[in-house]
Amino acid sequence: MQPDDNPTDSAPSSPGKEAKLLDPCQDAVATLYTYLDGELTSERRREIKHHLDECGPCFRAFGFEADLKALVASKCRDEVPESLRRRVADAIGTPDANF
Amino acid sequence: MADQEHFAEQAMPFMGSLYSAALRMTRNPSDAEDLVQETYLKAYRAFASFQEGTNLKSWLYKILTNTFINSYRSRRRRPAETDLEDVEDLYLYRRLGGLEGASAGRSAEDEVLDQFSEAEVKAAVESLPDTFRLVVVLSDVEGFSYKEIAEILDIPIGTVMSRLHRGRKALQKALHTYAEEHRLAVPADVP
Repeated sequence: MQPDDNPTDSAPSSPGKEAKLLDPCQDAVATLYTYLDGELTSERRREIKHHLDECGPCFRAFGFEADLKALVASKCRDEVPESLRRRVADAIGTPDANF
Repeated sequence: MADQEHFAEQAMPFMGSLYSAALRMTRNPSDAEDLVQETYLKAYRAFASFQEGTNLKSWLYKILTNTFINSYRSRRRRPAETDLEDVEDLYLYRRLGGLEGASAGRSAEDEVLDQFSEAEVKAAVESLPDTFRLVVVLSDVEGFSYKEIAEILDIPIGTVMSRLHRGRKALQKALHTYAEEHRLAVPADVP
């Protein structure tokens, strides 16, 4: 596909009898999260991987979503207040709060 | 059957992630501390029923989310679920110009990601309705599998996937608001 093609274009690329075949870019975007979450079957994963190797726009879109997912994971960490550690240790009767 | 005397050494290392999740859920440090303490107390008391060899982190999260849903969940009405329907796939990426022309090397969209502060990402997650926020935190932050999330929340896997899908779209919409603020804060180059 051409680099300026829209990988999520909802219109099938060719009408008629081929219209039922899912455009590979649409197919990839539809399974994007399942792919990034590592929840695809190995066969589907190979298919999508193969498409990403060939399609620059989809590869970039997937890369962006993967980075976004990593960003959310890395920014949502909070340090446990010392007071909470002590409260929990006291509540469960553990003298040493240094875990 | 798990031995209560080993509870602390096994369960305490999860406090950091439980507290972070509790903060996203309650949006309030004082409630988050209470929620985590209550979770540990319940887990300690029920530890005999925990099957050793199964996933302790999942088990603790199940107690955390149940306690949150039953005792801390806001009664206040959150934005209606229908508000999330009109968000398309790749919402943020499209708006950052990601689909317009390929460029080599580091792209503008990736630089936009670097500009999000920790406070903004947290606020965006916390802006999601409870139902969506829980699955987004469990998946994107904690890395639980769909099956584990289904067991933690006691919902079908299909429901996990649809909530996650919609939750992430809503998250992108919230982040886009911040991206716009950054863009407006930086004066455009005047020729």
